[in-house]
Formats: sequence, structure tokens, C-alpha cells
Amino acid sequence: MNKIDSAISEFRQMDELASGNSPVHRLEAGIKLAVTVFYIICVVSVDKYRLSMLTMMIFYPLLMFQAAGLSMSGFFYKLRYVLPLVCMVGVFNPLLDTSPMMSFGNVSVSGGMISMLTLMGKGIFCLMASYVLVATTRFDSICAALGRAHVPRVMVTLMLLTYRYVSVMMQEVSVMSEAYALRAPGQKGIHISAWGSFLGQMLLRSMDRAQELYSSMLLRGFDGAFRYASGERAKTRDFVFLTLCLLSFAVMRFVDIPELIGSFFV
Amino acid sequence: MIEFKNVSFSYEIDVPVLRDISFTIEKGESVGLIGANGAGKSSLLKVLLGLLPHDGEISVDGILLETKNLPELRRRMGFVLQNSDNQMFMPTVFDDMMFGPLNYGMSREEAERKVDSVLERLELQSLRDKYNHKISGGEKKMASIATVLAMDPEVIIMDEPSASLDPYNRRAVINLIRSLEQTKIIASHDLDMILDTADRVILLSGGRIAADGRCRDILTDRFLLEHNRMELPLRFSESY
Repeated sequence: MNKIDSAISEFRQMDELASGNSPVHRLEAGIKLAVTVFYIICVVSVDKYRLSMLTMMIFYPLLMFQAAGLSMSGFFYKLRYVLPLVCMVGVFNPLLDTSPMMSFGNVSVSGGMISMLTLMGKGIFCLMASYVLVATTRFDSICAALGRAHVPRVMVTLMLLTYRYVSVMMQEVSVMSEAYALRAPGQKGIHISAWGSFLGQMLLRSMDRAQELYSSMLLRGFDGAFRYASGERAKTRDFVFLTLCLLSFAVMRFVDIPELIGSFFV
Repeated sequence: MIEFKNVSFSYEIDVPVLRDISFTIEKGESVGLIGANGAGKSSLLKVLLGLLPHDGEISVDGILLETKNLPELRRRMGFVLQNSDNQMFMPTVFDDMMFGPLNYGMSREEAERKVDSVLERLELQSLRDKYNHKISGGEKKMASIATVLAMDPEVIIMDEPSASLDPYNRRAVINLIRSLEQTKIIASHDLDMILDTADRVILLSGGRIAADGRCRDILTDRFLLEHNRMELPLRFSESY
């Protein structure tokens, strides 16, 4: 299997994950979307020096991973290209902000170090929460939920079609790069002189297939509405989940629980 | 009834793909659409489905093919694409089969019942919850026909239904097509399959109708077929 085929396979695995049947999968898509957005807002808005406050935020994705039966290794593997970028954010903070903020015995920790860890944590937590959403909710249902949230229809349709076409485009790239490799033995990748025609052909072929796919949708009554995904309606348990999440995120965001617990002992 | 009256279509000015096509297909007929590459078979199907513009007049059961009637006409016509990968765009076979009925206003329960009854009829229950990317080419073709049948169309249009299938799956698809009671239009180069599935044949050549008549009459006419860059079906050829 070449790299592109394995990328297609990974892409499809997300569909398989999203078709699971755990309690998290069964939650209504709109509720999960709202909770995720609120969680991300809470995480992102934590002050860069409030690392202790941020640590509490890990409980939500950890609990969701457990309840949905998602594997942590799967998350790290799938996001292996994004995570280093996220961790790069704030990597220079320890050099720019050297003022000591706390100390463990003789070891002092600078503000830059704290803010770097906070920024990394924020990035990783947000990715984890987004992963939970995408791995437990079918993309059509997410789009339907966005539609119900009055996100412009054209944007939602664009998202859905992009999602459908990404795999089509990847398949075309796979076929073309295989055909290229078979006639260019010993060559690593595609030579720069062939990039122009390769990209042009890829675009044309992908457009043809995308057109065919869209025609197939049109011929089966697609008019931009998500009827096939909108059957689910929020139930009492969904609202209970929403309320619990919103309350706990708000508490974790405005009360520094580790600091509060620590104050009882100091 | 499907009626074409002087239908023409061209992608570029002065390069007509379909020229002055007129014919009528009665309800329940099974029509094979044959012709060499570039004869206009796929374009004719796309024009009929309203995917390409046209000059002239097309009507289905008296309803004129025009923009405002497209949803109603498309509900009546199911199209099986040549490449099943382009037809099966949802994650599972079940999702794909639900797509059409739900879009055409069936309730979820009703659509689910319909899907299950089609799967049972085609003996494809084992495919119901399978992922589309995990089923074989033959299964995918059968499933793509099932997605169309789930919409309960009055007319079934197929573009090269036997392409890329092994002999076993090809035979399964032929038997399935034969068992369908709807009006059928089957475009194919597989003349043996056309012999097994169609009562009537329309032979296209250079965008025009070169012949229109009983399947056996046309498919045994060596001169007519060879004149239009085709060959006798294998079972009629001397070398067979």
C-alpha cells in the first residue's frame, strides 16, 4: 500500500469510527457540536499563566475517550503531523519570558515555561475535543447540525462536498502516482519537471469524478438539505449532557480548582 | 412513456454529439442502447436525466423535461452509473440506499422498510451494514442497483452495467436486470448482455439513430453492426 492509499484508508477509518454505537456516538450531533465549541472557547480563553486551571480541562476529553471507546494511541497516530506543530506554539516563550514564577525546592520555573506548557496544553486539549466530535459523529450529521444552527447553507454544502471529494481526489492522486512510478523506476517521488502536468491532470480528473458524484447525488434528490442525516432529534439525555458539560466547563474556567484545593492545605 | 422529439445536443458549437434524435419508449419496455465509443450513448442518457442541456423536446409520462420539472422526473428515473464508486458515496450500503428515499420525502421508518425489502428481494441482506469501500466490485454494482431500486423508480437507466465485472458477477447482474419489471434503458458495449436483457435496441452512430428495432434483428445483422464500428455478439460470431 502506498502512502496515499494508507492516507485514504485512515480517512475512511474516521467514517468507521463515527459509525460506532457507544453512549457518546448516540448523543445528538448538534449537542456534541455545541459542547465542543463551548469547550474550545473555555480552553482557549484560559490565561497563559493559569496552567493549574487548564489541567482540569483534560477531564472532558479523557472521559469522552473512555465513554466512546476511542484509543489514545489512535488519536496520537492520526494527528502525528499536526501535534508537533501545535507543540511548536510557544516554544520560544521560555527564552523570551525568563522571570521566575514558581519554584520546586531549588528549581525555579519561569513564566515562559508555564506559558509554553499552557499553550501546548490548550492546543492538545482542543484537538482532543475536536477528535472526539469527529470520531463519534458522522460528518453528514455534523453538517446537518450546522445547518440547524443557521450556518449559511452554501457553506455547509461546501463542507460536505469537500469532505466527499477529498477521498475522490486522493484516489486519483494514488492512481496517477502509481502509473507514474511504474514508468519511472528508481525515481523517488514525482520529478519537479512533471509537477505541472501532474497537477493539471489531477485537477481535471478529480473534477470529472466530482461532477459524476455530484450528479449521482442530484439524481437521488439532493437539493442541499440534509434529510438523510436530520432524523435525529435531541432527547432529554442530550440536554442533561449539555447542561452538565456547560456547567462544569464554566466552573473549571472560572474557578481554579487545584489552587482552591491547595489552599485548604496551605 | 419516454418520448424524444428532434433532440440535439453539442458540447461545442458545430460539433454535435446528438443530432435530431426521435424515438418513443413504451412503459415496461427494455431498450438496449448500443454504439461505438463516442456514438452519444452516455450523452443521450445524461440529456434524458437533465444533466446536460438539449434542443428539441423530451417528455416522460407526458411531463416535459425542463428545469422546473426536474425533481419530479428524476424521482421517476433511477440511474445506475458506470462507475459504482461514484454512485456509492455514503459510508455504508444502508446509508447509500437511504439517501434517495429520504431526499424524496419518505419517512425514516418507511425508507428503512423499503431498503430492507429491496435488499431481501435482491438477496443482498449481508451487504446491509457493510462499508462501501470494503465490498467487492461485483457487490458494489449490485448495491448500486439496489440504491436506485430503493427509490422505487418507474424507469431504470443503466450505463455499462456489466463493465469491469467477472463472469459470475456479470451473470448475477444480468439476472437481476431481467427480473426488474420497470422500463429499462441499458447503454452498453456488451452485446451479449444486451441480448439477454433487452427486447429492443437503438443503435447510435455519430450522434444519430442508425437503427431501431427488435433486439435479435439488429444484433444478428453483421453488415449493420460492422458498418457502425461494432461486431456481432460473441454467441453469433463464427469464431465463438
